[in-house]
Amino acid sequence: MASVTPQRVLITTPLRWIPDTFDFSRYGQIFNGGADSVGATFRAAMMNSAVVAVGTVSISMVVGILGAYAFARLRFRFRRATLMIFLATYMLPQIALLIPLYLILNSLGLLDTTTGLILVDCALVIPFVLWILSNYFMTIPDELEEAARIDGTTRLGALFWVVLPAARPGIFAAIMFSFLLAWDEFMYALIFTSSDAAKTLPVAISEFAGRYTTDFGLVAAGGILAALPPLIVAIIFQRYVVSGMAAGAVKG
Amino acid sequence: MSVASVKTVEKSEMHPAQSGKPAGPRKREKQGRLAFWLLLPAGLAVFGVIIYPIFRTLIISFFQVNSALATDTPFVGVDNYVHVLGSASFWESMGRTLYFTLLSTALELAFGLIVAGLLNAKLRARWLFRAVVVIPWAIPTIVNAAMWKGIFSAQYGALNALLTQLGIIKEYQAWLGDPTTALNMVVLADVWKTTPLVAFFLLAGLTSIPAELYEAAKLDRARWPRIFRSVVLPMLVPSISIVLVLRTVEAFKVFDIIYAMTRGGPVNGTQTVAYYAYTTAFSDQNFGVGSALSYIIVVVILALSAIYLRLLRRSEMSLL
Repeated sequence: MASVTPQRVLITTPLRWIPDTFDFSRYGQIFNGGADSVGATFRAAMMNSAVVAVGTVSISMVVGILGAYAFARLRFRFRRATLMIFLATYMLPQIALLIPLYLILNSLGLLDTTTGLILVDCALVIPFVLWILSNYFMTIPDELEEAARIDGTTRLGALFWVVLPAARPGIFAAIMFSFLLAWDEFMYALIFTSSDAAKTLPVAISEFAGRYTTDFGLVAAGGILAALPPLIVAIIFQRYVVSGMAAGAVKG
Repeated sequence: MSVASVKTVEKSEMHPAQSGKPAGPRKREKQGRLAFWLLLPAGLAVFGVIIYPIFRTLIISFFQVNSALATDTPFVGVDNYVHVLGSASFWESMGRTLYFTLLSTALELAFGLIVAGLLNAKLRARWLFRAVVVIPWAIPTIVNAAMWKGIFSAQYGALNALLTQLGIIKEYQAWLGDPTTALNMVVLADVWKTTPLVAFFLLAGLTSIPAELYEAAKLDRARWPRIFRSVVLPMLVPSISIVLVLRTVEAFKVFDIIYAMTRGGPVNGTQTVAYYAYTTAFSDQNFGVGSALSYIIVVVILALSAIYLRLLRRSEMSLL
C-alpha cells in the first residue's frame, strides 16, 4: 500500500489511509533507474537471488532425492544415526560457522559470488529436504517398486519411474520449503557478499531500509517486488504442503 | 486405534524382504554399498561445508583474535569462555533470548492451533483461505521486518495512526523506542510471520486424524471442549512436538529479524545471544570471544533439544 502512496501523503499526520492519488513512480525508479541507481542495485539483487535460489533448490533436490531414497528404502548400518547427524546440523547456529567459512571462501576466490552462496546455502537446505522426502518415500508402498523391479528395472530406474511420480506431493512440498529457505537466507548473504555481483534481495532491502529511512514508500515497493517470487511459489504449491507433510513429516 | 498400532502395521509392511525370504548378508552388504553412494553427494554438500568450520571455530574460541588478519594470536585457554560467562551483558542477552523464544513459540503454537482448526473446517473456499494464510510466511523475513518497522514508526506509522484515530492513545508512541516494548514488538512481527508455518504443520496432523474418532466421540455425546482435550490433542502430540523443537531452535538462533528491525537496540533491549555474538565478532572484531559465544549457543541448543527429544520419546514419537 505504502509503495504507491505519494511521499507527501505518507508523512502527513494524522495518517490518511487511502491516498488521494496513486504514485507508481517508485516502481519506475526500480525498473528503469540507470547504472549506480537504487534501481540498478535492486535489479542486480533480484537476479542474484533468483540464481542462488534456483541453484540451491536444484542441487538440494537432486542430492536430497538420492539420499532420501537410501534412508527410506535401504537397510544399512547406522541408518538412523546418519539421519540424526544430518538433522542435528540444523541446530548449529550459522554464526558458529561464519568466520572460518569466510576465510575458506576467500581463499577459494568464492567470496562475493553466487556460486559461493549456493554452496553454503545447500548445506542449510539439504537436511530439510532429506527429512521431508525420506518420510514421504516411506509412505509409498513397497509393492509398486517391487513390481517394477521384477520387470527388470534397476533400483535407480524404479526410483525415477515409480517412486518419484508417486511422491509428487512430497517433492513439491520439499521444493517449496527449499525455495523459501534459500530466498530468505540472510546471514550468509550479509557477510559473504559485498557488491552487486552477488548481493541478494534481503541484503539489498536491509540496506535500502537503512539508507532511505525517510522514503518508506521506496522500501515498500522494493519489499513487494522481493516478496512476489516466494509468494507465487507458495500459493502454487501450498496445496501440496499439507498432503506432503500429512503423509510424511508428521507421521510417527 | 493408537499411534503405536499404526506404527507396528507400517513396520511389518516395511520389511517384506526380511519377513518373506531371509535376506542374506550379501544382499545387505550390497544395499549398504548402494546407500553409501546415494548418500555421498548429500554428505559432501552438507559436511564439506560444515566440518572444518566447526572445528576451526572451536579452536579460535581458545585464542585471542582481535582482527581478521591478526598474526599475533596468543593462546588464552578458556579465558574467552570465562570472560563471556562473567559478563553481565551476556546474561542479559541470554535472558532476552529465552523470553523471545518462550513467548514467540507459545504464541505461535496457540495461534497456529486456532488457524489450523479454521483451515480444517469444511468451507467452500478452503483453498483460497489456505492461500491467504500462507502469505505472511512467504514474505521474506527482511521485508516483513521492514514492513513492521514502518507500521511501528514513531512519526508516520500506521499503528500510531490507527490507535490515535480510534481514540485509544492520545499521543504518538515510539513503539521501538523503549527496550521492553521493542522486544515485544519484534516478537509480534515474528509471530505474524511464523504462525502460518506452525498452522500448516498442525493442519497436517489434524488431517491425519481418522473421522471415525470424531464420530465415536459424538456417539458418546462428548462436547467440543472434551473432544478437543481427549481426541484432538493426544493425536496432535507428534506434530506439536516437531513444531516445538523446530521453533525453539529457530527462535534461539534468531538474527535476521532483529538486525532488520532494531539492530539490537534500543539500549540493547532486543539484543539476543546470536546478535550479541555477531556484534562481538564482527563489529568489535573480537573473533575469539565471538567464537566462544557461538559455542555456548550451540551447547544451549543441544541441551534444549536433548530435553525435547527425551520428551518426544516418552510420547512414543520418533522422527522416522
